[in-house]
This record gives sequence, C-alpha cells and structure tokens, in this order.
Amino acid sequence: MELYEYTVHELVKKLENGEVTSTDITKSYLDRIKEKDPQVKAYVSVLEEKALAKAKQVDDNRKAGTPVSQFAGIPIGIKDNMCMTGIRTTCSSKMLENFIAPYDATVIEKFNKEDMVYLGKLNMDEFAMGSSTEYSAFFKTANPWDLSRVPGGSSGGSAAAVAAEMAPWALGSDTGGSIRQPASLCGVVGLKPTYGLVSRYGLVAFASSLDQIGPITKDVTDAAMLLNLIAGHDNKDATSINIEKKDYTQSLINNVKGMKIGLPKEYLGEGINEEVKQAILDVAKKYEELGATVEECSLDVGKYATAVYYIIACAEASSNLGRFDGIRYGYRTEKFNDLRDIYKNSRSEGFGPEVKRRIILGTYVLSSGYYDAYYKKAQKVRTVIKNAYDTLFEKYDILLTPTSPTTAFKMGEKSNNPLEMYLADIYTVPVNIGGLPGMSIPCALDSKGMPIGFQLIGKAFDETTIFKAAYTYEQNTNFRENKPTFKGGEK
Amino acid sequence: MAISKEEIIHIAKLACLNLSEEEIEQYTKDMQEILEFANRINQVNTEGMDETIGANRKDNVFRKDEVIPFANREILLQNAPSQDEGMFSIPKVIH
Repeated sequence: MELYEYTVHELVKKLENGEVTSTDITKSYLDRIKEKDPQVKAYVSVLEEKALAKAKQVDDNRKAGTPVSQFAGIPIGIKDNMCMTGIRTTCSSKMLENFIAPYDATVIEKFNKEDMVYLGKLNMDEFAMGSSTEYSAFFKTANPWDLSRVPGGSSGGSAAAVAAEMAPWALGSDTGGSIRQPASLCGVVGLKPTYGLVSRYGLVAFASSLDQIGPITKDVTDAAMLLNLIAGHDNKDATSINIEKKDYTQSLINNVKGMKIGLPKEYLGEGINEEVKQAILDVAKKYEELGATVEECSLDVGKYATAVYYIIACAEASSNLGRFDGIRYGYRTEKFNDLRDIYKNSRSEGFGPEVKRRIILGTYVLSSGYYDAYYKKAQKVRTVIKNAYDTLFEKYDILLTPTSPTTAFKMGEKSNNPLEMYLADIYTVPVNIGGLPGMSIPCALDSKGMPIGFQLIGKAFDETTIFKAAYTYEQNTNFRENKPTFKGGEK
Repeated sequence: MAISKEEIIHIAKLACLNLSEEEIEQYTKDMQEILEFANRINQVNTEGMDETIGANRKDNVFRKDEVIPFANREILLQNAPSQDEGMFSIPKVIH
C-alpha cells in the first residue's frame, strides 16, 4: 500500500511509531500529484520546495528528540481563497492572479503552529461562485471518478484532490454548499461547520453572513480531527463565537440507538434523480437497522431557500467585491486616462462572467426601489426558514437529506445556464441560510459509477451529533472500498 | 417585474462595470430569469418577522479602539500595480 492511500489518523500513528518520516509522506503525495494532476487539474499552485523543506525540518526535530505536535509533518491542501503569507492567493480569478498574501488566515496560523506541510493551493470557481469549478478563470478541474465530469464546486479542487489521493485532507469553504456538494460528487467527506465556529479571518470574502471554512477528508475521523484544529474563537472575526472548545474525536462513537432522525419529504420530491433518492432511502433504512428512529417530516419553506440565498449572497458579494479597484492590489487595466477608467476597466477585465453576473444581481437587489422588495424581504424569509429549522429540531436530533439532487454532471452541461447551475445547490443552501452545520458523507455509487452523498444537518453548534451519526454509518458500511477510476480522459 | 436593458446599463454603472453590447443582452436575459425565480419569496408570509442580520449572534461585538502599528510598509505595497515613494500611485484626480 502506498503512503498516499492512508487516512490522516493512520499517517499520524505511522509518524508517531517512527515507521515513516514526514519526508516519505510528503514525497508520496508530491509524486502522486505529478502522476495524477495533469489529468485532474486540482492544483493552482504546488508548493513542492516549501513542502519538502518543512517536512525535513519536522523530521530533524523528531530525530533530535524535540517534542513535536500531533499533526507535525502532516501534509494538507488549501483552497486558493485562504491567505498564506508570501504565497499566491488567486481565488482562481484573473483579478488576483498575481496577488501575494501579506498575512496568514487564522486557520493557516493554527496549522503553522502545528508545523503542518502545505502541498499547494487548490482550484475553485472564481471567488467561490459556482457549483462545478468550471468558472475558474484558469482551468477546469476534472472529477477523478470520470474525467469528463465536473467535481462540483466551488471547492472542486479540494474535493478532487482528496478523492484522487493527491492530498490526505484539504480545507474548503462553503457559502451555499461549496464544501458539501463537491464532497458528495467526489465521494469524500465534507463538513460545513456552524456559522461562527471557525474564524473567517483571511478567507477572501464572498458572502460574509454565509461563508464558513471546513474540512474535506477521506473519512469521518479525519474530519473530526481537522475541525479540532480549525475551530475556535478569534478576535479578528467579530462573528466567531466564544464557546468552550470541544474535542470532536470524542464524538466518534459507533452508536445511534435512540437517535431521532428527521427525513424532510420535500428533499426527496421533484427534481431528484431516482438513484440518488433510492440511495438516501437506503441510508435511512440502515440507520433504522442500527437503532435510530427515522421519521418523515416537512420543511416546506426550504423551497424558498435558493431564491433567498441568491439575493442575500449576491448582495453581500457586490459589496465585498467593491474593494477590487485596481489601486492597492489586484489586476490593473492598461487602458485608462483617469481614475474612473482604472476602476471600471480593471473590474471589467479582471472579473469573469459569473462574478459579474452576481455583482449585477447583488447591486440590483440593493439598489433604490428594489431594496425592500428583494433584499429586505429575503432577510425576513431567512428568519422564517431559521424558525422552521428550530421547530424541526424540537422534535429531531438531526436531519437526513441528499447532498445534491444528482451525481456529477458532464462538463459544459450547465455552465451556460446560470439558473440551472444555481439549482445544483438546492439541498445545501438552506443550511447556510440557517447558519447550521451540515456534513456530506459518501454512501453509494450510481449505475455510472459516480458517487452519491447524503447530508446530515444538525442544530447550531451541535457538530457532535453529526459526527456520532456519520461515524456510526461509516463503521457499519464500506463505501471506502471503492476507488476513483480516472476513466473518461481524452486519449 | 421584467428588467430592461436600460436598467442593466444603470446597474452596471453603479457597480463600476463596463458591459459590451453582448454582455448587456446576456445579463438582461439572465436577470429576467433569475429574478422571476427569486420572486417566489413573495409567496411567504413575513408579517411581523424581523430580518435576519447575523446568522447566529444577535449581540454587538465591541473592542477597544486601539492603534496597532504595522511596520512593514513594503509588504503592504508589494501587490500595488503602481507605487511611488512608498505610496499607492494613481492618475491625477484634480485638474
């Protein structure tokens, strides 16, 4: 077995035993990247030299008997919208193509303290706006299970890299499903933590009231370990919450007896692929066999969530992206006579079509005459949706839904129809609207051999119950015996 | 509520974007479709509902207004497309 095939919790043991070195592990991944990334194209930048230098430093410390932290020398991939000092942080946009971050995101600071090894920065839809990674300004990432299909998005590079074993784990960010949907389409585990659990400092902002950073991993145990590393209050993010730090690995308990699981019927209705639906019903059955009670319930207002989401997310994006003016950083046009030209031409040349579309939508819903009808109304409907979740969680410990209505679609299939692309997120978006935690766990392959994921939604700050339910499912099933085939590549 | 080409041109101006004729056509069509979809929120009764401002906290977050000097000017200027004598450089504004 190659080193890149292990989970992080297995690699940590091997490092502790002295069976392998960080250099061995890092080299195994760098070789794997060289072998597979020309097909998958998950990485925007590979940090080979820095990674090997860091690995050697950790190995030297271990050899010298210097105490090292638990994850010292463990490699990780980072979505390219998180700032790392001295490293290019592009958001897969022409606007930031040459942007060198002057500081570390809080999550990166935490990894630095652990002496972790950065393999590189991962591709995404430009500014995290998209569900297929086709809107990257640089190149499209392929799904390792079928190279003619999308990996999902916007954290498509992160999910594809973990699925293709080009990183043992990775960070993604999730505004409306951008961790969970690609995790589902690539057959890996993806967690969007509760809004406020992980600091957003140093994450390039898309929609500030919805964005969260979270883990993309091979299994549930790794997700708990990675959440342990990144969760926590941060003075630099006023929306982060100061609560007692939990050890999520304590929630990895193989037991769901007595757990009350709600199955919202609207999530299995119109628009869902039959094979996906069947897979979710099978998961429900499995949970019943394992001693949980699964009951059909209703989240009727969920059908308004996508509309609410695109109004609020685009409004916030149009404001957040106002900072790109071609003056202090980012792309600057060559065609200008005055300051106004610099602003307009830099933005028009630097942003891609989807980003412009969302800026226009966001500007429109915030503009005088439409603010009340769209933005204010959407903020109120957001409250209605949050209340509906609260009511469900009075009765249920956790909700079970599909992550995505379909498995991975073909490249080009939806990229010219924005509304259709937006509907790829119908099952994940409501969770961000509610500020709740949600996890996608792989459960089956469809008849084309493409992964299907199910989603567990928990109460705010109750990642614990999600981990318990996800871990129990994983321990009693065997999805991880399946491996991506890398079929469908051009000859 | 149909959105017109003129409105798209006005919105683009507010957003500081130049749009080509083709883009104006395309975005007008896209906005019509997206807004038609978005209008479904009007089916929800929101009488007496507050707006959700923050996702999970309703309190205000305060901190002391302290000056923390950042000494490394070069690092802040390293990404500037144009700089001069330690400052961001822009075309003449006052004529």
